[in-house]
Amino acid sequence: MTNIHSTAAEMASALAAKEISSVELTKQHLDRIAAVDGKINAFLHIDKAGALEQAEVIDKKRASGEKLSPLAGVPIAVKDILAQKGIPTTAGSKILEGWRPPYDSTVVAKLKAASVVILGKTNMDEFAMGSSTENSAYGTTQNPWDLARTPGGSSGGSAAAVAAFEAPLAIGTDTGGSIRQPAALTGIVGVKPTYGAVSRYGVVAYSSSLDQVGPFARTVLDTALLHEAIAGHDERDSTSINAPVPQVVAAAKRLDVKGMKIGVIKELSGSGFQAGISARIAESIELLVAAGAEIVEVTCPNFEYALAAYYLIAPSEASSNLARFDSMRYGLRVGDDGSRGAEEVMSATREAGFGKEVKRRIILGTYALSSGYYDAYYGSAQKVRTLVKQDFDNAFAKADVLISPVTPTTAFKIGEKSNDPVAMYLSDIATIPVNMAGIGGMSLPVGLADEDGLPVGLQIMAPVMQDDRFYRVGGTLEAALLSKWGQPILSKAPDLTVQK
Amino acid sequence: MTLDYKAATEKYEPTLGLEVHVELNTNSKMFCSCATEFGASPNTQTCPVCLGLPGALPVVNGKAIESTILIGLALNCSIAPYSRFARKNYFYPDMPKNFQTSQYDEPICVDGFLDVEIETDEGPKVFRVDIERVHMEEDTGKSLHVGGSTGRIHGAEYSLLDYNRAGIPLVEIVTRIIPGTGKYAPQVARAYVTQLRDILRSLGVSDVKMEQGSLRCDANVSLAPIGSGLLGTRSETKNVNSLRSVERALTGEIERQANRLEAGERIIQETRHFLEESGLTRPGRSKEQAEDYRYFPEPDLVPVTPDAKWIEELRAKLPENPADRRKRLQREWNVPDSEMNSLINAELVDVVEETVKLGAEPTRARTWWLGEISRLANEKEVAPTSLISTAFVAEIIALISSGDLTDKLARQVVEGVVNGEGSPKEVIEKRGLKVVSDDSALMVAIEAAIAAQPDTAERVRGGNIPAAGALIGAVMKATGGQADASKVRELLLKHLGQG
Amino acid sequence: MAAISRDDVAHLAKLARIEMTPAELDHMASELEQILGAVKRVQEVATSDIAPTSHPLSMSNVFRDDVVKPSLTNEEALSGAPAKADERFKVPQILGEE
Ligand SMILES: [Zn+2]
Repeated sequence: MTNIHSTAAEMASALAAKEISSVELTKQHLDRIAAVDGKINAFLHIDKAGALEQAEVIDKKRASGEKLSPLAGVPIAVKDILAQKGIPTTAGSKILEGWRPPYDSTVVAKLKAASVVILGKTNMDEFAMGSSTENSAYGTTQNPWDLARTPGGSSGGSAAAVAAFEAPLAIGTDTGGSIRQPAALTGIVGVKPTYGAVSRYGVVAYSSSLDQVGPFARTVLDTALLHEAIAGHDERDSTSINAPVPQVVAAAKRLDVKGMKIGVIKELSGSGFQAGISARIAESIELLVAAGAEIVEVTCPNFEYALAAYYLIAPSEASSNLARFDSMRYGLRVGDDGSRGAEEVMSATREAGFGKEVKRRIILGTYALSSGYYDAYYGSAQKVRTLVKQDFDNAFAKADVLISPVTPTTAFKIGEKSNDPVAMYLSDIATIPVNMAGIGGMSLPVGLADEDGLPVGLQIMAPVMQDDRFYRVGGTLEAALLSKWGQPILSKAPDLTVQK
Repeated sequence: MTLDYKAATEKYEPTLGLEVHVELNTNSKMFCSCATEFGASPNTQTCPVCLGLPGALPVVNGKAIESTILIGLALNCSIAPYSRFARKNYFYPDMPKNFQTSQYDEPICVDGFLDVEIETDEGPKVFRVDIERVHMEEDTGKSLHVGGSTGRIHGAEYSLLDYNRAGIPLVEIVTRIIPGTGKYAPQVARAYVTQLRDILRSLGVSDVKMEQGSLRCDANVSLAPIGSGLLGTRSETKNVNSLRSVERALTGEIERQANRLEAGERIIQETRHFLEESGLTRPGRSKEQAEDYRYFPEPDLVPVTPDAKWIEELRAKLPENPADRRKRLQREWNVPDSEMNSLINAELVDVVEETVKLGAEPTRARTWWLGEISRLANEKEVAPTSLISTAFVAEIIALISSGDLTDKLARQVVEGVVNGEGSPKEVIEKRGLKVVSDDSALMVAIEAAIAAQPDTAERVRGGNIPAAGALIGAVMKATGGQADASKVRELLLKHLGQG
Repeated sequence: MAAISRDDVAHLAKLARIEMTPAELDHMASELEQILGAVKRVQEVATSDIAPTSHPLSMSNVFRDDVVKPSLTNEEALSGAPAKADERFKVPQILGEE
């Protein structure tokens, strides 16, 4: 029986076989949202009417024999950073409260074209700045594994929605780990595709040279199906890659890693990572070896500077990207009492509309770009970027994919790091190099840490536009883990309908 | 004691610098596909990109790049093999993203020059203006101020923004400092802008209408005592919206600065605004501190790397430099300066050239376009070129040269063509306009005229040749003006024994 | 590295158009100093022989044809405006306007 616990692929085939209608499936998910989202707070906006209307249209199309795309009729949750025409889009910020875009982002347009049913918009750290969703202006999202803990961020709402069975699929964005880290912390699959593989058009920009849209799902195959639906060249995005999308669905189904060389990054292992995480990673490596892969150790000596470089590059770009929020054309306006000039109203609005972390990064970015400091900060950070790329080039010369843990720790408690920005920044230490180099990476759930019973994510990285490789490795490892466990990892998560 | 301009430039040496902004005439904007039509109703040529909506991304208009490279080539610049866009960060409500997408340290064209000729006391003299860079950027929106001193009743003062202009491609052409112009600085500036305008027009890349703002000039000038070898503090004058104003603004500014220096005051580095009515400049709002634009490479765009082949293809498209062409044509047509200037001012050089190419004799081509055709165009308040094709003008001129039409008849043919009666041939046919050159037909009219005015005929016979005018007039009248007057005269005098 | 003063932050806040309270400025100054202390590590390896990377992909010459496509309607363009009048965005008085 198809229900909310099914995979998206199962839902899709049940829909195709007309065993269930999209309206029924959509209702099941809307009911689940109504039942559990009060505890999770994954959604900022639930478009009940729109979703049901869309589902009905899709059912009619199917009834009339129209050829539909593979995911037609399957519901999805979309991070509130993607513009959707007529639907509130806040990017988790007060400054955009009530804004309804007059246009669709390319990814939303592609989802609509693929007849995927959009349930609503998910919570996130304000403007994607954060690793816990605690920076959302609309309240924190709770981790379905433990409501006292964060689901990670910035795409925490999307990850939590999928982990809590509120949606089988979700869209996130990843600038420094914002898909992979919450996927790891909630026990689901999350992918940051190669930079330029998925259009950024209509994605509220945080750091343009690092941002990338990607899929969340509960299985590798589901993730691949969504990946294929959203990837591809877009003439509205100058940085979009004009090349065929790698065959990620085929790769996810391949279930074979014989002869593949898997590089373990020395600098992203051992001390600095929670013991339970290292144990699960070691176990995964054994399974991959058993499946015929060869393990090589690689060294990336410059990764230790990547975090510092990221916290210069991203805030610098953000300080410019977020300048447009000035109350003149859209969004919040504060202090327009008739006596103040535009300049003052802009300043008052930005003071009132931006949260603490956003202001912190804008100020930091403004500093890093200002005359006299540019070379020392922004310029130096760009050089580190070159070094990180070189490290990856050298490593990929020895291995087909690279692996590491996704996070240093499992899900942390809400409030635990919110007053220590530098400690919070450290949760992205393993994910940031991937964004710096523009390559793709996957977070795959590989079990629970012994000490706290919380999910552990393995990061699998591949060279630019070789995203199929991590789907191949991820799919194989997922199958091996499943046969070891006997049931999917999320079946171990607490029952939200009874959990307080 | 105040210094006048002459005294000022006898004591101080001006150093110029000119920045010209040109709006390109592309169909669509620099980074989005919105139309660029001038005068459209407010905020109807905007989209997520040029409104700076969250999530929108720019994509470069390839035609704008081509136009910029053409400008660079026409100004003898090197085209950079690698150039990039950068963000210039500052807040202003008419700038939707609060940064301008521009070019900073990697402009597309660098190191050019333009030679401009002006009339000096010692005759014509050429000044070389070095061009530092030509780069691309985008225009801002337009703001309208409402309220103010007249609207105080409700205390409401606010501004209204229209973003139709936001994102229209702009090219900025920046000169290096121009030393050594002496008292001719304002003329050199004017000649430079004029010649630049002509080049841009010949390239077809801009409407170059200063009054509509598609060509804008900012003029920098500083003064230093002659022979000091120093460089003074400069001011930048904006809002200079005509060629004449370029000259006036600089003259005024040089005078102002000289008098300040004379009074022992310092020149403040500032932006000043030109006042069209008085010809003076007034200070703009002074900035509390120098702006820090925090330029950095635009991460939403990729570099522009034109290859040699593309550049050479564009170079091959370059029209002849307008100044060179003008000199060549003037020589070929053997026209005095004054008349050449009339042609230039009337924007008739192109059509005259084309008419001549079609076989017309240069003097006639010039005379007809500048004379009768321009007169008719004036009456109808249209451009002369819209009235009649160069081919028809060439055809008519050929008929005059062969003696098939007199000037008077030709005027009627032109009138017929302009009125839509068809081609010159058709008009001649329909109106029956043919030079009467048949001697016997003319002789009948001549004899009739003599019979009607026997006294006059007698006076001519008696040697009073000028008296023949009355008889010739009568013959011309009788033949409806279709006779060749010189032929009539010849036959008449011969008939009266005076040939 | 020189300490970050409140005035430094005030200057940055002005450039960034954020009206901060004195308490906020003080707090931000100490945070900024702490963060800069951590991120200045980049200078340890950023030697002059290394070329900067500003973009992950090495693409160039991405151009659009010069073709006009439909714009938003005036209503759509102004749909998010906090205030509007006469088909335009209505904003507080712009100072320094000429
Ligand atoms: Zn536009």
